[in-house]
Amino acid sequence: MTARLADLWYELPWAVRRVVVPAIAVAALVLYPKYMSNLPTQFPEMSTAVVMCVFIVMALGLNVVVGYAGLLDLGYVAFYAAGAYVAGWFATLQFAPHVHHLWAVGVPSDLPGVHINVWLLMLAVGAAFAALLGVIIGLPTLRLRGDYLAIVTLGFGEIIPQAVNNGDNWFGHNVTNGPNGLTPIDQLGFGSAIHNTFGFLPENYRREFDVNNYYYWTGLFLIAVTLFCCIRLRDSRLGRAWVAIREDEIAAAAMGIPLMRTKTLAYAIGAFFGGVAGCFFAIYKSSTFPQDFTLNISIFVLCMVILGGMGNVWGVMLGGAVLAYLNYQGLNSIGRTFNDTFGTQISVPTYSFGIFGTVIVIMMLVRPQGLIPSRRRRAEFAAAEEGVSVGKAVMEE
Amino acid sequence: MTATARTRGPVLAVLPMIQRQARRIASGILLGGLALVLLENLVRSPGQFVSVLLLGITLGSIYALVALGYTLVYGIIELINFAHGDVFMWGTMITVTLSAHWIGLDGSQAWYVTVPLVAVTLLAAMAFCGTMNVAIERFAYRPLRNAPKLAPLITAIGMSFILQNLALAIYGPREQSANNIFPTNVLFDVGGIPYRAKSLLVVLISIPVLAALVYLVRSTRQGKAMRAVAQDNDAARMMGINVDRTIGFTFLLAGALAGAGGLMFVMFQTSTRYDLGFQLGLFAFTAAVLGGIGNLTGAWLGAMTIGLIQAFNEGLEHHVPGSSWTQSVIFAILILVLVFRPQGILGEPESDRA
Repeated sequence: MTARLADLWYELPWAVRRVVVPAIAVAALVLYPKYMSNLPTQFPEMSTAVVMCVFIVMALGLNVVVGYAGLLDLGYVAFYAAGAYVAGWFATLQFAPHVHHLWAVGVPSDLPGVHINVWLLMLAVGAAFAALLGVIIGLPTLRLRGDYLAIVTLGFGEIIPQAVNNGDNWFGHNVTNGPNGLTPIDQLGFGSAIHNTFGFLPENYRREFDVNNYYYWTGLFLIAVTLFCCIRLRDSRLGRAWVAIREDEIAAAAMGIPLMRTKTLAYAIGAFFGGVAGCFFAIYKSSTFPQDFTLNISIFVLCMVILGGMGNVWGVMLGGAVLAYLNYQGLNSIGRTFNDTFGTQISVPTYSFGIFGTVIVIMMLVRPQGLIPSRRRRAEFAAAEEGVSVGKAVMEE
Repeated sequence: MTATARTRGPVLAVLPMIQRQARRIASGILLGGLALVLLENLVRSPGQFVSVLLLGITLGSIYALVALGYTLVYGIIELINFAHGDVFMWGTMITVTLSAHWIGLDGSQAWYVTVPLVAVTLLAAMAFCGTMNVAIERFAYRPLRNAPKLAPLITAIGMSFILQNLALAIYGPREQSANNIFPTNVLFDVGGIPYRAKSLLVVLISIPVLAALVYLVRSTRQGKAMRAVAQDNDAARMMGINVDRTIGFTFLLAGALAGAGGLMFVMFQTSTRYDLGFQLGLFAFTAAVLGGIGNLTGAWLGAMTIGLIQAFNEGLEHHVPGSSWTQSVIFAILILVLVFRPQGILGEPESDRA
């Protein structure tokens, strides 16, 4: 059925597909805070919308690793943690006796601790640190294949939160403040200089009345950047190398694709976006705790990628939006409606992971390629079912 | 892979040799350091050392039963059955329900009452978990047998969450505790810490189970069928082996072992929780990998090693990371083994796996 829908989509005129529909979609998203108060309460609140943005960025990042390169990563939360802790280190009072400021905005210039410009942290330092961590984890482990790689990443995903949790005493040094976490983290903002020139850009988000709106718009901006990178990467030489490795590693190596470098790049780039998302979320919550980085988050993001359709950015974004909405607001309201209708007392959000588990199992059995699969992925699944080569399946598509 | 394919100059040609030597030296230093720490603890507090050793063996015996399930399933269909740890958790839950709530065992009954009732509970737990595992295989994994390899793996993760949440729905988030279902007679004291009969029983159950399993796989017709299916699915089918039934039987066996492990866990720890299975399952999986996945004796050996490492890490006083690092230590071992010796202690090197 989706195939028919896709055909209908491609029959639309170029101008409609490329200009009218995207313009309407972008306008609807950007103006969402302005008209959301007229919508029924089931629609995402602004705080939920910000979280949805965070998870969409993460899902897009994981999609590079799982969807494009076909490397199953069960420890993606490690990169999210890396981003969050970079924000925690370089925009809080953690290193209190020292005072270092670097283009910090919206904080008094004599505030103790290290304070680096939050934009720089989010888009460069945090992301680069996560990418570096990706390379460090990737270099020794990417030689492993399939399920063994999954297990190793899972191991890292379990070690890093525990190390962070015990990080108030690493050989006598308090590095991460342990279970107490790092808080408060500096807020996003543009500083007084920019604010005075462009009045609509706030000096500091937290001082604005509708702070969630500003975070939401920033989140949309991050999604746009991530989406642009993902689409360009997919169509690049590197992206084609990833697909080749995903489909047949030995054949790809024989064609001269350097396996280790290509896979490590997938890891690093996926980790990069995980770092951005982690940094953004930590700044939004103004705190970061080791409890935020459980295995469940890795699985949750993986579910988004699978549900949406591995390898297809639109599907992954849909999956991310739907699951994040359900987890942070939807299940609550569905549960309330259910309880009101049937007079029960079930706390539906308690079973969120049971529900997601059911969704994955049913999805894998009924539609393993996801809601909106990429053409090539669908061909791969079909090829595996029929035992023919991917090339043949692609030709038949 | 690419490194060996490239031609090298004479200087670079010695690189692999240096690498091999460096690896040998590094592992030597690691094991030597470990031996030194153990020796120091043995000399400074021998009583505690021995009691921790015994604890480790008991833990290892429980892990062994779970690890055998992982290894059996991986051996036959190359699937890391993430749901296995949760099947084990269900084994503990059934044991608590039966022994504590229905039968009312509390360690005060005479032995001729206790032993048969424990045996009945054991059989019930094994039957329950075996059936559960077969059902999971039938409905969640079998339809995906020809799908890309990641599909059943992801399904297994989903199944794990489903099993966990079922237990959460039925038993609630609190710890489920049973009284001592087995008499807590003290056999002897080591360094002030009593060694109880139930710990010995745990060890005594695990050894015959392993022996029986090895006999079954090596020397019976069914075991032969299992090995054949593991080696080549299609060829086995052509030889007239009922592949579906053989795989189902393997899952039954693995589930039954998990059920037995569940009973032993409750007997030893006296409490359980709905989310216990996932982590314990991962530890057991680490044990299976450490021993060489697909290898029964290896799984047992790996489980003993992991049990000892956990007990030493949590129980010894001098120069150990302590219980807040247990998970990290065990996963670090998992990663090191997978990276440097993916075939495990007893496994055969296999080019396709690493």
